[in-house]
Amino acid sequence: MGDFHNPESNLELFRFRAGFAAIAVLLAFMLLLARFVWLQVIQHDYYRTRAEDNRISLVPIVPNRGVIVDRNGTVLARNYSAFTLEITPSRVSNLEETINALAELIDIQPKDRKRFKRLMDEAKNFESIPIRTRLSDEEVAKFAAHRYRFPGVDVKARLFRQYPLGQLASHALGYIGRITDRDLEWIKEREQEANYKGTEHIGKTGIEQHYEFELHGKTGYEEVEIDAGGRAVRSLKRIPPTSGNNLTLTLDAKLQEITEKAFGNRRGALVAIEPSTGGILALVSTPTFDPNLFVDGITPDNWKELNDSPDKPMVNRALNGAYPPGSTFKPFMALGALEMGYRRPEQAIADPGYFRLGNHTFMDDKKGGHGMVNMHKSIVESCNTYYFMLANDMGIEAISRFMGELGLGQRTNIDLGKKNKAGESESESRGVLPSPEWKKQRFKKPEQQKWYAGETISIGIGQGYNAYTPLQLAQAVATLANNGVMYRPHLVRHITDSRNGEKRLIEPQPLKVLNWKQAHIDIVKRAMVDVNKSGTGTRAFAGAPYEAAGKTGTAQVFSLRGAKYESGRLKERLRDHALFIAFAPADKPTIALAVLVENGGFGAQSAAPIARMVFDYYLLGKIPGGPAAEDSDAVEGDDHPLKEATQ
Amino acid sequence: MSDWRHRIRYWLHQAVAPIDWPLLAIAVAILTLGVMTINSATFFNNSNRAPDQIANFAVAFVLMWLVARTSPQNLLRFAPPLYLLGVVLLVLVFLFGIRINGSTRWLSLGITRIQPSEIMKIAMPLMLAWYFQKHEAALGLRQYAVAAVLLAVPFALIAKQPDLGTALLVGAAGFYVIFFAGLSWYIIGGLIAAGAAAAPFLWHLLHDYQKQRILTLIDPTSDPLGSGYHIIQASIAIGAGGVVGKGYLNGTQTHLEFIPERHTDFIFAVFSEEWGLLGNLVLLTLYLLLIGRGLMIASNAATLSTRLLAGAISLSFFTYVFVNMGMVSGILPVVGVPLPFFSYGGTALVTLFFCIGVLMSIQNHRMLVKK
Repeated sequence: MGDFHNPESNLELFRFRAGFAAIAVLLAFMLLLARFVWLQVIQHDYYRTRAEDNRISLVPIVPNRGVIVDRNGTVLARNYSAFTLEITPSRVSNLEETINALAELIDIQPKDRKRFKRLMDEAKNFESIPIRTRLSDEEVAKFAAHRYRFPGVDVKARLFRQYPLGQLASHALGYIGRITDRDLEWIKEREQEANYKGTEHIGKTGIEQHYEFELHGKTGYEEVEIDAGGRAVRSLKRIPPTSGNNLTLTLDAKLQEITEKAFGNRRGALVAIEPSTGGILALVSTPTFDPNLFVDGITPDNWKELNDSPDKPMVNRALNGAYPPGSTFKPFMALGALEMGYRRPEQAIADPGYFRLGNHTFMDDKKGGHGMVNMHKSIVESCNTYYFMLANDMGIEAISRFMGELGLGQRTNIDLGKKNKAGESESESRGVLPSPEWKKQRFKKPEQQKWYAGETISIGIGQGYNAYTPLQLAQAVATLANNGVMYRPHLVRHITDSRNGEKRLIEPQPLKVLNWKQAHIDIVKRAMVDVNKSGTGTRAFAGAPYEAAGKTGTAQVFSLRGAKYESGRLKERLRDHALFIAFAPADKPTIALAVLVENGGFGAQSAAPIARMVFDYYLLGKIPGGPAAEDSDAVEGDDHPLKEATQ
Repeated sequence: MSDWRHRIRYWLHQAVAPIDWPLLAIAVAILTLGVMTINSATFFNNSNRAPDQIANFAVAFVLMWLVARTSPQNLLRFAPPLYLLGVVLLVLVFLFGIRINGSTRWLSLGITRIQPSEIMKIAMPLMLAWYFQKHEAALGLRQYAVAAVLLAVPFALIAKQPDLGTALLVGAAGFYVIFFAGLSWYIIGGLIAAGAAAAPFLWHLLHDYQKQRILTLIDPTSDPLGSGYHIIQASIAIGAGGVVGKGYLNGTQTHLEFIPERHTDFIFAVFSEEWGLLGNLVLLTLYLLLIGRGLMIASNAATLSTRLLAGAISLSFFTYVFVNMGMVSGILPVVGVPLPFFSYGGTALVTLFFCIGVLMSIQNHRMLVKK
C-alpha cells in the first residue's frame, strides 16, 4: 500500500476500481434485464391472462340478517332499508372541506361528525364510512343533484338493524355494531373471512353475538366487469345471497316487559326459566340500555354516559354479577343433607340462638333462638343455627361437591355472548364455589391458602366466599322444580332455516339427571311452599290463587372498603342485596326464577314482590299497574346477613 | 445598450456555468418519465401528484444549483459536523423516537417530525471522503478500521430502528468510499466470505416481518393478501406489459388499483406495464448513462476526497435503482427504497438533486484546485 503516497498511482488505482464498478453495474443491469425478459417476453402470456382476470371483479352482496322474534312471534330485532350518505376517505383529498360543503346541502350535526371520526379511526381506510344515516327522500334528491361536486361521496341503500321494542330485553338480545379489527381477527380465526366480505356489522353482545353465524347468512357475489376507472360496466354473473336464519326465542316479551317494569328504578336481575326445558322466559338486568344506539356506531357522548353511570347499565347482572346467595342457599343445603344422609327430615335441633365453634360464636338472628327446629321449620323460618350445625357436620368438601353438581359456581353455557372455539359461552362469570382447592388457587400466601373450619359455618347460610350469578341460582331452582332433571338455560327455542323453512330445535335433551330421591325433593319443596304460606314470603304471596314455592335471602354488602364515598348515595349502597328464588305452581312448575335486587334490603322486602308480579302475569295473565312496591313491614326472618360475634 | 446586453450575458453565463449539462439532461429525462408515470398512477384518483412532483423539482433544482456553485472543499468542510449531527439525532431517535408502524424512525420536533437517517445518506459518503482525504498521506489498515467504525455506528443505529432499506443505502454509500479508497481485495473477499458464513446467524437477528418478506419472495403465494400481494400484483403488471407495453394511461393493473404504492415505491410496475420491455430498456440506459457520467466525473476529479465522493454518489444511484427494480420485479425482498428521480417524494428528490449538485461542483472544480 506504499503506492498511496503517489497521487498518480493513486489515480490509477481509482480508475481501475471505477472501471471494475462500471462492469459490475452493467452486469447487475443485465440481471435485471434478464428478469424483465423472463416476465415480459417468456411469461408474457401467463401474466397477460392474469391481468385480464384482474379486470373482472367480484362484488359481494351482503345477505339480510336474520330476524329475532319472541316465543309468541313478537319481533325483537329486524332490518329496515334506509339511505345513508357515505364518504370513502381514500378518494377524498380534503375531508374537512368536503364535509363542510356537504353540511350546506344536508343536515349534518356535530354528533354525526364525531361519529364519523370515531368510525374512521376504527375502519380500514379504503372503506366507505357513513356521515349521515337515514336520509329522507328529499335529502337523497338534493344530494343527487349535486353529486358531481362530491367525488368519493355516495348515497347508498343499506339495511339497518332495528330493535323495535327499544330497551326491552337488551341484555338478552345484545346489539350489532361495525366490525372492528378485533372482530376481524375473530372472523379470521373461524375461517369465515370470505363470507364477511362486504359485511360491515357484526353481533357484539348477547344473542346477536352468540348466533352471529346463524343470523349472518351467506354472502352472495356479483361478477362484474370493471372499466379502467374501476367502475362496474356490466354484470356477468350473479349468485344471490342467502338470508340469515331467523331465531325464535323462548323469551316472552310481555313477561319481560312486566318484569323490567316491576324493578322500577332499582338495580338488579331476574332470570325466569321454564323448568321442563331450560328455556328462559325472562332475562332482566336493570338498568338497561337502548341497543339501537349502537347500530350506526354509538356517539361518544352516549357511550360516555352509558359507561360512566354509577348504575352500570352495560353490565349484565344476570350473567356477570356474582352475589352471595344468602338464605336462598338453605333449601339446597337441606337437600344435600338429606341426599348424603347428614340429616333425617324429622331430626330436630335445639336452637339456643347461637352456634359456637372454638372461640367463635355465630349468632342466629332471633334472640333466644327458634326453639326446637327440624328441617321443615329451618327453611320456613330461615333458621341460621340449623345450617351452622349442618355445615359443620357436612364439611366443606361435601357441600362443594353437591353444589357443584347443581351447577353453582360453573358456567351454564347459556347461549349469550361470545362462544370460544369449544362452543362454550365466554360472556358469563363463573362465580365462586368455595372449596379448600379453590382457596389454594385463589390466594398466594400459604397462611391464606388454608381452609379454616370456621369458614365452613358461614358457607352453610349462603354467606362467606359463596358468590353465584342470578342465572346459576335460577338454573339451580329450576332443576329442583324439575325434580333433578337439569337443562342448560337457553334463550333460543328454534332456528328457522331461511332456505327451506325447517325448524331446528335447540336443546331437546336434558343436560344431566341428578338422581335425587323424590321423597327428599318433596320435603324441600313442601317447606318452600310453606315459606310463602306461613314463613318469610307470606306477605308477598298473600291471596295468591296458586301455590308458589320460594325462599327469601339477603346478601351482605361488605365491599365498601376502598369504594368511593358518595354522600347521599352511601346510605342506599350500604343496604344489603335482596334475593328470592321461587317456582310455581308448586305441584307442576311451569316457571322457576331467581330475583336479585341490589341494595334492596332483605329478600322478602323487595325481591319477593317482584316474583309475585311475574307469577301473577305468567300464570294468571294479570297486568300490574306499576313497579313492585317495597314491603317495609316484611317479616325479616333469619335471612338477613350473618351476625358474627367474637369472644 | 450594449453594456446592458453584456451584463445580462455575463449574469446568464454566471448562472449556467456551474451546471453540467449532460448530467442535468439525463436526470431531467428520468424525472420527466417519472412525472408522466406519477400522472398515470394518480390522476384518476382526485389526487394527481404530478404537479406536486414538479414543484418538488423546482425546490430540488435551486438547491442543486446552489451546491453546484459551492466548491467541494467548502462542502467537505461541513462533513464532520453534519455527520456528528446525524449520529446524535440517530441516538436521540433510539432513545426518544416516535414509534410508527412498529419501527422507530422519527424524531418529534413539536410541530413537525424528522427522519435523521435521511441526513446520513449524504453525511456518510461526505464524512468518509473527508476522512480519507485527511489521512491521504498515510493510508494504512488503521485508517480503514476507523472508517469501518464510522460506517458501522450509523448503520447499526438505523438497522435497529428497524429500517433495513435505509441502513442498506447508507451502508452501501459508505462502503463504496472505502472500496474506492483502495481497500485490499483480500479483505473484501474475506468480508464477503464472512458475511456468507454469518448469514444463518443474521437471519435470527431479523424481525419477523423482515423474515416474512424474504420468505414471501421465495414463494409469493404463501401470503397472497399480505406482502406477497405486492409482489404478485407488480409481477403481473410488468409481465402483462410485454415487449411494447399497453400504452400510456392504459395500464389496467394501475388504474384498477391493483398495484400498491403505485406512485412511490412500486412506480416502476406502473411504468413497466405501460411501456413494456422497450421502456425498461430506455430507463435502464438512462440510469446507466447517469452512473457512467458520475463515474467519469469521479475519474477526472482533482483530489482524493472529491474522487471518492463522486464515485460513491454514482454507485449509490446504482444501489437505489437495483434494489428498487429488483424488489418490484420480484428478485429482491420488499424494502422501502424509491426509484431515484422517478418515484414521487419531495425529500428523496431534494436529497438526490443535492447529490447531483455535488457531482457538478466536483466537475466544475476539477482543474481549479490542484495540489
